[in-house]
Amino acid sequence: MGELVVLTTDACLFALIAAGLAFFFVARRIEHLRAPWREVWRRPAAVGGATVLAAFMLVAVADSVRFRAPGGGAAPDGGVDAEVLSALDLWLTPLRTRVETSYSAPLATHAYSRESVSDETGGMRRVHPRLRHGGAHLADPARDRAADVARRALAGVAGGLLCGLLASVLVVVLVSRRRSSTFGRAVGALVHGHATGAWRALLVVVTVLAVVVGVCAALAPHYHVLGTDKVGNDVLYQALKSIRTGVLIGSLTTLISLPFALVLGIAAGYFRGVVDDVVQYLYTTLSSIPGVLLIAASALMLDVYMAKHAIDFEALAARADLRLLALCAILGITSWTSLCRLLRAEALKLREIEFVVAAQALGVRHRGILRRHLLPNVMHIVTITTVIDFSGLVLAEAALTYIDIGVDPSMESWGNMINGARLELAREPPVWWSLAAAMGFMFALVLAANLFADAVRDAFDPRLRGGDGLPGTPAE
Amino acid sequence: MTAYLLRRLLYALPILLGVNIITFVLFFVVNTPDDMARMQLGDRRVTQEAIDKWKHERGYDRPLFWNGAAGGLASVTDTLFYGSTVQLFSFDFGTSDGGRDIGADLAQRMGPSLAIAVPVLVIGLVAAVAWALVIAWLRGSRIDTWSAVICVGMMSISGLFYIIGGQYLVAKTWRLVPISGYDYGLAGLKFLVLPVLVGVLISLGANVRWYRTIFLEEMGRDYVRMARAKGLSDARVMLAHVLRNALIPILTGVVVLLPTLFLGALITEAFFAIPGLGSYTIDAIQAQDFAIVRTMVFLGSLLYILGLLLTDLSYVIADPRVRLG
Repeated sequence: MGELVVLTTDACLFALIAAGLAFFFVARRIEHLRAPWREVWRRPAAVGGATVLAAFMLVAVADSVRFRAPGGGAAPDGGVDAEVLSALDLWLTPLRTRVETSYSAPLATHAYSRESVSDETGGMRRVHPRLRHGGAHLADPARDRAADVARRALAGVAGGLLCGLLASVLVVVLVSRRRSSTFGRAVGALVHGHATGAWRALLVVVTVLAVVVGVCAALAPHYHVLGTDKVGNDVLYQALKSIRTGVLIGSLTTLISLPFALVLGIAAGYFRGVVDDVVQYLYTTLSSIPGVLLIAASALMLDVYMAKHAIDFEALAARADLRLLALCAILGITSWTSLCRLLRAEALKLREIEFVVAAQALGVRHRGILRRHLLPNVMHIVTITTVIDFSGLVLAEAALTYIDIGVDPSMESWGNMINGARLELAREPPVWWSLAAAMGFMFALVLAANLFADAVRDAFDPRLRGGDGLPGTPAE
Repeated sequence: MTAYLLRRLLYALPILLGVNIITFVLFFVVNTPDDMARMQLGDRRVTQEAIDKWKHERGYDRPLFWNGAAGGLASVTDTLFYGSTVQLFSFDFGTSDGGRDIGADLAQRMGPSLAIAVPVLVIGLVAAVAWALVIAWLRGSRIDTWSAVICVGMMSISGLFYIIGGQYLVAKTWRLVPISGYDYGLAGLKFLVLPVLVGVLISLGANVRWYRTIFLEEMGRDYVRMARAKGLSDARVMLAHVLRNALIPILTGVVVLLPTLFLGALITEAFFAIPGLGSYTIDAIQAQDFAIVRTMVFLGSLLYILGLLLTDLSYVIADPRVRLG
């Protein structure tokens, strides 16, 4: 392996995961935080969603561990150059390097468009040329392709099912061990869904994921599973690379806005008076600006700024990275107001409650009261908002990228994939695979996040109504 | 009541001023007018004279906040901030960086935006209320469960999918309506069908789920039990009692949106090539026309504040117990 390279957003993602883990271990010890999570864990839909989310997260992390490729050498100016590859890139080397010339349909052996070739007699014919890599091992594609694809897909399904089965056996053994019941009884409880926690949902989702991954892994070395795009890049590879962008925007945005909302919201509710007036004025003003317009204005300014400081942003990766970070910051600034409002209202309520009044009477300093009594008691609102906002932000990325105020055009993202492919539906026959892949991946991530968020909201605050915290898509 | 209205209107002034300061800082302080001129004129090696001329034509060559040279009151008034702020507050939007009259553009483009936004709002509201009422009435049934599944599914689909899918299926494959475009008057009806349908679908899932919780909350109240105890039919309880009372939070939730309807739906208008204010804004963003974006930010905030005010008023009208003071 080469030298490790860490971009700013990578560091943020790792910090985010560290924060999540820290929160997890703190929550394990505190009963009133642990109880709601146990409630979530009993819901099959939530566990299924969480499993899919975890899978996406894994891909995002694998795509954030970067190395400078051993053969590539450092760029002369010391900046980040094109030779930097992530762990995901290395694993997907066959997908990354086997580039065709242009469009090809999923699992195709021939290109989408015709080319002129001269045949033996010297005349010119217009034919669909064979792909360089897709199905190149077949002698006669017309005859062998279907059988070959079916054989490989079956092998993939079998492999996936085997993995699912192994996972199930492992879980059953663990559960029966812990509850000191017999193996057979544990299987029965699992199959009938009587086990504490939604183990069944978890295993079903894991098996389905394993089958999908298995089929892709079996087919990908010899075909383009989701076709290729305009310049011949594998669509599956792009869709997988886009996961990191989507996950980062969904989570980093909330992380950036959290400190503002927490400090200002709690301070306004607790101290009242002038502080309250100033904070209220601040968030009323910010929230009265339509979200998209503020984002657009900020993105425009970022463009001008980058044009002026072009020297600093010569490395493409660093530029795209900064742009992603800026987008998260801008989205964070436009979205912290609603959380701040909720926190202020909660702090207003809490400051009148006996334990806070008692602490004040006993002479505890403000800082102590805020840290010991207020902060832990608003964490449920923070949790709910974080998970609920996630899906809206992932969807917003695609819409914003369409208006040119989203992520950098050179960065893999679902928005860029949709943007590049939307006009190709008009061709005959339509080029649908890029769009379908981006939409499919996005749908899977957002659906998983929505299912998880629903359960989290119900578990942490049954009274919080659906309308109070619906994910807002600022661009629609 | 009048005093309350006056106070709220006065309260709007500092907020608008704050909005204006934010946009001004974004546009003129973070990046100087020189940068803007360079970007607009396109070339990096553009001469300083051309930049000065561009700035002078738009009045951007004045000092930002404080004009030391003018002296007296003019040191505040003869500045870029004062000038542009007073212009916006007097609804004189001036000309865009591209040289067009923004006020005239706004007036002309408001119509198409409303032609899409109003039907979307009305049809979407009726559809969501009807669906939510039915599943709240049949709560716990199979229809309710499947509706929840469908709604979460609809919420998880990107709005872009509805637009692109609708254009492909309805317009290209079935050839029922044109793919995009706009026409004034009755002839334009065929252009409106698809954007309105898409607009309704985009927000339907979330709205149905939200309204369902409102209905369920209302159905748990004592007066509903009382009505049932009196022996009223289900239909009468739901329509005459639950619906009527649940409409208060639903409608007041809609009122805040009313003024912003003028701004149109950004993405939908751009995809369907509708010459409304949404596509106007997108064009301005893509052409990096700062004057138009600034005007739209100001207008958007103004309309949002108006929406909040209307919401308060609608509470008074809908619920006689509410007193504003």
